[in-house]
Amino acid sequence: MRGATHARWAACAMAVALATSGCGGGGDTGSAGDAALSAAWTDPQNPLEPANTNEVQGGKVLNMIFRGLKQYDPKTGEAEDVLAERIESTDSQNYTITLKDGWTFSDGEKVTAKSFVDAWNYGASLKNNQKNAYFFGYIDGYDQVHPEKGAQTADTMSGLKVVNDRTFTVRLSQKFSSFPDTLGYNAFVPLPRAFFDDHAAWLAKPVGNGPYSVESYTKGSEMRLVKWDAYPGEDAARNSGVTLKVYTDNNTAYTDLMAGNLDLVDDVPAQQLKNVKADLGDRYLNTPAGIIQTLAFPFYDKEWNKAGSDKVRKGLSRAIDREQITETIFQRTRTPATDWTSPVLGAEGGYKDGLCGQWCDYDPAAAKKLIEEGGGLPGGQVKITYNADTGSHKLWVDAVCNSINNALDNDRACVGNPIGTFADFRAKSTTQKLSGPFRAGWQMDYPLPQNFLQPLYYTDASSNDGKWSNEEFDKLVDEANAETDVAKAVQTFQKAEQVVRDHMAAIPLWYQNGSAGWSSRLSNVSLNPFSVPVYDQIKVG
Amino acid sequence: MGQYVVRRLLQMVPVFIGATLLIFLMVNVMGDPVAGLCGDRQCDPATAARLRKEFGLDQPVWQQYLTYMGNVFTGDFGTAFNGQEVTELMSTAFPVTIRLTIVAIVFEILIGITLGVVTGMRRGRPVDTGVLLATLVIISVPTFVTGLLLQLLLGVEWGWIRPSVSPAAPFGELIVPGLVLASVSLAYVMRLTRTSIAENRRSDYVRTAIAKGLPRHRVVTRHLLRNSLIPVVTFIGADIGFLMGGAIVTERIFNIHGVGFQLYQGILRQNTQTVVGFVTVLVLVFLLCNLVVDLLYAVLDPRIRYA
Repeated sequence: MRGATHARWAACAMAVALATSGCGGGGDTGSAGDAALSAAWTDPQNPLEPANTNEVQGGKVLNMIFRGLKQYDPKTGEAEDVLAERIESTDSQNYTITLKDGWTFSDGEKVTAKSFVDAWNYGASLKNNQKNAYFFGYIDGYDQVHPEKGAQTADTMSGLKVVNDRTFTVRLSQKFSSFPDTLGYNAFVPLPRAFFDDHAAWLAKPVGNGPYSVESYTKGSEMRLVKWDAYPGEDAARNSGVTLKVYTDNNTAYTDLMAGNLDLVDDVPAQQLKNVKADLGDRYLNTPAGIIQTLAFPFYDKEWNKAGSDKVRKGLSRAIDREQITETIFQRTRTPATDWTSPVLGAEGGYKDGLCGQWCDYDPAAAKKLIEEGGGLPGGQVKITYNADTGSHKLWVDAVCNSINNALDNDRACVGNPIGTFADFRAKSTTQKLSGPFRAGWQMDYPLPQNFLQPLYYTDASSNDGKWSNEEFDKLVDEANAETDVAKAVQTFQKAEQVVRDHMAAIPLWYQNGSAGWSSRLSNVSLNPFSVPVYDQIKVG
Repeated sequence: MGQYVVRRLLQMVPVFIGATLLIFLMVNVMGDPVAGLCGDRQCDPATAARLRKEFGLDQPVWQQYLTYMGNVFTGDFGTAFNGQEVTELMSTAFPVTIRLTIVAIVFEILIGITLGVVTGMRRGRPVDTGVLLATLVIISVPTFVTGLLLQLLLGVEWGWIRPSVSPAAPFGELIVPGLVLASVSLAYVMRLTRTSIAENRRSDYVRTAIAKGLPRHRVVTRHLLRNSLIPVVTFIGADIGFLMGGAIVTERIFNIHGVGFQLYQGILRQNTQTVVGFVTVLVLVFLLCNLVVDLLYAVLDPRIRYA
């Protein structure tokens, strides 16, 4: 025994002499036993409150530690009941929600109707600075707790009423037939009393009712989640825990996966896409996610909003060789777009392959003709504005410009206009300071066609940065929202989408895929339509 | 001496105020940080207004600066957008970066000065030429190339180290990142020492020391090296501040959650409080290092006196 110890120390000394490290510890990939896995993570931008988390990284955690009334099926994207036993309505405006019995939070507290009502009121209330507050905007009384100007006049929404422990009612301020389907979004989860009683302690170690509970959370570096053994739901975790490790750079995470120090990355860096097949073989996944990239236009600028402008926009759309760009730059992790929604909705859910028709087909001759008919490019040149800090946007903007320049036989027809940071880019686009087309990405909140159309193209909607406005479109969306029959609602939304197409309100570029790579220890890895790994289904060993 | 130190400390005050003001203005020019908080969606105006008010962004810049400086003097560096106190971020980030800097400086001193002395004493010999060539290569290759290469070779191909540093970042795991961080400065330290040694070797006091019959190692360490170290100490002193703030590339490659990481994230998210707070501390570190370097001159060269 002694000899062996000596030998190990000698080996360590050697290693140190060779300027390396790593003696003693060894690979500690798991946290709670062998059946735990480690996964790459990025520091969430906002505090981990459900109604305050609007990006994927925080959403990952909420997905693991919370279950709401409904959940989107990882494969089909369909909203299925989880805590909800029944959601009933006769008029698409007044809903009665009954909860299943037997659900508790991981601290033992029962999940009651009050847990939901309190959580939703907290999320909507202006004084809590919740960035997803607008999700509650359909509920009656939202105007009082979250007025556009001035102080709030109420703390709770009048449209929410607790009937008994397992029942509450929701009154909306307008008809909204797909309201139940939006309830799978993270903002609608219930919250335990601990959240309100000792907020700081809850944020330091969140408590929820999902398949995992938080064991420890070191902000900015790692979160350890362990399987909650008493989880009452059907989708109990199939592994013993997940350790989320914060990486500043997804390249480092990928390298760590290669070296066997990490089990799962859900964002394979663009530079590695060429090697990924050789490196990981079949331990790599590339599936459609609910993300579409478009080019939006400044309709507040007269140059882009005059008679014939739609021809210029259609011409630009036809000048972009989507096939080639997705192939060479994105290595097929993007799919050329042929409508304004996403394939994850499915044909029944509102996705319509080829709705864009010829306007999304590459045809340089037609493109040139259309732009000439429309009066030429405003100012003789288009500048595509994008943020240069993340997402390798420069690559594809340059490629798009190249494609446009080639199609129009004019080297100066299109140039990129980079903006240093995402925040600055958003500040400029939301305050209407851009003078040409700009990058517009949309990640769905819930898999409904409404979510791909209304926030982006409805008059003065929250993400309608180009300020496009069309009465016919607005009317069709209102109609679709009030429609109780799902199939009919989908049809009406598609009619609205055709209006978007006829005016080419935004040029659809491509659908974005989610990607993941994993170590040989894992199996059954999948991504949900939000491109988040379905952690609870992953098997280890 | 005491008077000199007090005078230097007082001189720091205007430098400190000027530097923080510049940083504050620069971060402010970048635009409205609240716009980036809501992703690809516009924050609803009421929430955005409340957030601006909470972070003091609704006030004129000069007032924001005054409030901020007032808070800084009471030890309150504000809150980052993710709800963490900036002081809390500092308390986790600075120890890590300080450890990394220590490793880097130790490498610079040990390898840089030793090689500098060896080559300086053997000018023109094969050792000298060889080391000079090696340092030329190191200087001309960017840090991220050295970093990624070492990470791939040692971490993935040979499996000697972990490619990324764990959150605790103990000294053992920081050896390779420290070497990468130090590499370019190390080459400069070596070259500075070499030139300085080679020059001083021909000076009168060295000849006198040898003539006195002093042993060789004593001539080199006590007389030659001590006098040759002044430019090197200046360089290393300035380098401490530079290494602490400029480790962004190395920290990103090896996933070290130090000052560089916080600064990078702060800039991306336009988080005035984080960026100004960290830079303020870095400015202080720079100023103090400079003072210590100046004081060290007197120790190294008795001819220099401060009154």
